[in-house]
Amino acid sequence: MNTIARPVAIEWMYEFVRYRELFFFLVWRDVKIRYKQTLLGASWAIIQPFFMMVVFSVLLNRVANIDTEGYPYPIFSYAGLVPWTYFQYSVPLAGNSLIANARLISKVYFPRAIIPASSALSGVVDFGIASLMLIGLMFYFHIPFSAEFLLWPVFIVPLALFTTAVGMFFAALNVKYRDIKYTIPFFVQAMLFVSPIIYPLSDAGRFSTVLRLNPMYGIINAFRASVLPAQPVDWSELGLSTLITLVLFAIASVYFYRTERSFADLI
Amino acid sequence: MPEAIHVDHLTKQYRLGAMRHETMLREVLTSAFRPRREKAEENTTILALNDLNFNVDEGEVVGIIGRNGAGKSTLLKILSKITYPTSGRIHVRGRVASLIEVGTGFHDELTGRENIYLNGSILGMRKREIDQRLDQIIEFAGVEKFVDTPIKRYSSGMRLRLGFAVAAHMEPDVLFVDEVLAVGDADFQKKCLTAMDDMRSGGRTVLFVSHNMAAIENLCPRTIWIDAGTLRQDGPTDEVIAAYLATFSEAQRAGYDLERTEGRGGDGSVRFTRVDFLDGEGNPTAVFRCGEPLRARFHFHTKDRVKDPHFDMVIHSDMGTRIATISSTHSGLYIPTLEAGPGVVELVIDDLFLLPNRYYLSLWISTRQQWYDILDHCIAIDVEESNAHNNQGRGMHPKWGLVYMKSRWELGPPAAVR
Repeated sequence: MNTIARPVAIEWMYEFVRYRELFFFLVWRDVKIRYKQTLLGASWAIIQPFFMMVVFSVLLNRVANIDTEGYPYPIFSYAGLVPWTYFQYSVPLAGNSLIANARLISKVYFPRAIIPASSALSGVVDFGIASLMLIGLMFYFHIPFSAEFLLWPVFIVPLALFTTAVGMFFAALNVKYRDIKYTIPFFVQAMLFVSPIIYPLSDAGRFSTVLRLNPMYGIINAFRASVLPAQPVDWSELGLSTLITLVLFAIASVYFYRTERSFADLI
Repeated sequence: MPEAIHVDHLTKQYRLGAMRHETMLREVLTSAFRPRREKAEENTTILALNDLNFNVDEGEVVGIIGRNGAGKSTLLKILSKITYPTSGRIHVRGRVASLIEVGTGFHDELTGRENIYLNGSILGMRKREIDQRLDQIIEFAGVEKFVDTPIKRYSSGMRLRLGFAVAAHMEPDVLFVDEVLAVGDADFQKKCLTAMDDMRSGGRTVLFVSHNMAAIENLCPRTIWIDAGTLRQDGPTDEVIAAYLATFSEAQRAGYDLERTEGRGGDGSVRFTRVDFLDGEGNPTAVFRCGEPLRARFHFHTKDRVKDPHFDMVIHSDMGTRIATISSTHSGLYIPTLEAGPGVVELVIDDLFLLPNRYYLSLWISTRQQWYDILDHCIAIDVEESNAHNNQGRGMHPKWGLVYMKSRWELGPPAAVR
């Protein structure tokens, strides 16, 4: 097994590269269809995180005394909610993508990983649109732009990688066990509370170490730090999250590779 | 000639349990507590392909025939890497395109043009290639006016034409085609066959699965007959087709024993055992005549008591087009239950509207939820012309279409002329 592991992995990636155009077409299809079918089109991308920000600002911030390091809570939460909305939208989409494209899988050959990966990446367009709203909010609250803000679009890379890993894993599992789809919303919901989205997790006491193992921890904090001028990006924290993301991505890829041969028979 | 396709001891096993229903994680978790006998039943396997061997040289066009469920589609799926063999090896040289379904991945909300790009890239075409052939594809499909309309507004015929047009403009080294011509109007079927013929003259290797013997004879010099997952015969097309057709319940007989028919589906709660054809007077007949009455008396055997069964007879043309589905439910026959044991049900057709030609009959017994018996293409019948409507057989020729409509023409009285 070990002797052939490397050529197999290379072959797998080579196939993916060979079908890159299909990958982009599927991303393009997902984006296009989403904006064609909805009345509000692209504005959905803004409405969702913006509405959550309003709800949390009005309710949560009043009830609990959240430490936002002196910044207005709407900015604090929106900076976390934009990447969060991407994750929350993309994980179920990617997790159910193989089932949703069952016809394609049983009728045509192509590297199967293209399906969950393209689903996971189509949400990046929404992320971009919601980010424009963030700039508007920063003007509104007179938050100065720091040089670190240029990193905001860069941090989508580890986030998208983590989202793809989770999506691929769920998607492969979903083909074999059809009740996995019920656990995806539960998983996503749980992630909201163990990630520093609507509150900082810095003072979680003895759970702090465990919470840092969640890749969203370093990634969301990095996104937020790029927005808040006085807060520098914590590179060691982000480095740990990226490392864990890469490990999870490798595990998900191996699991996907091992099961994908049976997809057409089971789907 | 170098080899293009090499199939070596190919075997594919399916687990019946896995196919029957969707597996749930909770079932797997709870199965540890269930008795072992139940588990054994779930693990029943079937061999879709059993030790298949053959080679195809570059540039050869080979037909694949066999009954439904013989493993033809499984073979194509393995060759096109959609699914994988349980054991054995395959090798396919060159760029592969497979056409197992027309218009795979079409999306209703996208326009014709957008779907051409999407479908083309799904079939493995490069964007550059699609750019180059876009105009030809649109012209072939005949959808010039609607190319920027979402295809949800297309008729099913237009979709089909668009799907085939994309596929016909791929330029693979090896092409696998699975019965995609079974739908569509006769003109378009002809167009597709011509397109495939062009591919053949282009030196391409083609494997063509079809029930359409005429098309196979037309396109393929060599044919492979697959039966129950094994290679039954491989040779010149006319010989293989002749041998294959000889295994059907032959045409021109008054009665057929259906008890030992090969390749049937369904769970077997009720099975057809025999069918007798009777003429308008109720006498056994071996002659089927256009425009005359026909009665079919089906004998069946019920193993387990069943509720609300339907009996259906489906008529396919020799081109594979489904012409009619004659169902007991459509005629309002309601059968509350069938008790265990033998039984008879009779189908009366007042006017056999089929034009003289060869037709294939499929028989089903089912309910809304369950298939009891499925006999696909189990009987071939040859319909002949008649004088049923005092027409001396005029208008009763396959060139006039598929069906003969019982009709009258009346010349209006002068007062009705405007």
